[in-house]
Amino acid sequence: MTKLAQWLWGLAILGSTWAALTTGALGLELPLSCQEVLWPLPAYLLVSAGCYALGTVGYRVATFHDCEDAARELQSQIQEARADLARRGLRF
Amino acid sequence: MASLEVSRSPRRSRRELEVRSPRQNKYSVLLPTYNERENLPLIVWLLVKSFSESGINYEIIIIDDGSPDGTRDVAEQLEKIYGSDRILLRPREKKLGLGTAYIHGMKHATGNYIIIMDADLSHHPKFIPEFIRKQKEGNFDIVSGTRYKGNGGVYGWDLKRKIISDGVLPYCPGWSLLGSSSDPPILASWDYSRGANFLTQILLRPGASDLTGSFRLYRKEVLEKLIEKCVSKGYVFQMEMIVRARQLNYTIGEVPISFVDRVYGESKLGGNEIVSFLKGLLTLFATT
Repeated sequence: MTKLAQWLWGLAILGSTWAALTTGALGLELPLSCQEVLWPLPAYLLVSAGCYALGTVGYRVATFHDCEDAARELQSQIQEARADLARRGLRF
Repeated sequence: MASLEVSRSPRRSRRELEVRSPRQNKYSVLLPTYNERENLPLIVWLLVKSFSESGINYEIIIIDDGSPDGTRDVAEQLEKIYGSDRILLRPREKKLGLGTAYIHGMKHATGNYIIIMDADLSHHPKFIPEFIRKQKEGNFDIVSGTRYKGNGGVYGWDLKRKIISDGVLPYCPGWSLLGSSSDPPILASWDYSRGANFLTQILLRPGASDLTGSFRLYRKEVLEKLIEKCVSKGYVFQMEMIVRARQLNYTIGEVPISFVDRVYGESKLGGNEIVSFLKGLLTLFATT
């Protein structure tokens, strides 16, 4: 099954469950308080997914390592390499 | 530990055999170059240093796509300095795709493992012994360098670039590498590797944290198989390799790497790049 199909399946299952419950197609009589929560649930989920995305990206950006040491190490090795290669007769 | 066992590879029996016979491993580094006259001697020097310090059997295959800046001349000098058993020149006439550069290089590779990396010094050879250790530790089919785990990271990226790379889309300055035009997508050495991203991770769940990185070690037969399967170009190519690897049940290990970007500032994020990247991503999403 492709990733696309997995997503469609997931959404279809969730969506039909939600639709069945809100329209009362199963003949279930949910208490009023449940119905009030259930009706806007997809919107809530969408908003929290968005928040999760922003939060994750923000967190990762904030904790992205800056490799200052690696850059300095590389610079000094470049000097060393140039000198050594020149000694071995490389014309840059 | 930044490693994950995706699942067991189907070719187990042969590998057990390999383990039993203590034939020495050889590592072939494929270095596709285009206008790397400045960097090539330095990367080769660092490679030789890293390999000889850890006593690893190696060869470096330089695939230069007809650089006008004299990369080939420098490569020939390096061949003289280090010997033609260590440095192999396998140039091509003109710019061709990255996938074909790997195929071309592999035809001449005598190692049983292949290492691919950029020649622009953003990937440091000091990590290669760690890749090898990691590979042996888990008997992995692929070991991928990752900027997004453990001590991995980048140098030289501003905030905007980190956000784009980490979050939504890969950052892609300069020329288009994504094969939307008639011109074949090329090894802009410093650029096909940007941007693991949230969106891609969510959509593809690939089982590796750095999808667009191009610093990796493969079993030779695994890389051959993957290249044969992959259809996309540029960035998406690196991404597709990992996605297909998951599909084929290959195992992937990860090693944190520092990525030192020597190209600063400049943020040209063309609409073309975004569209092509999204196209590639959606194609993989719908077909794998």
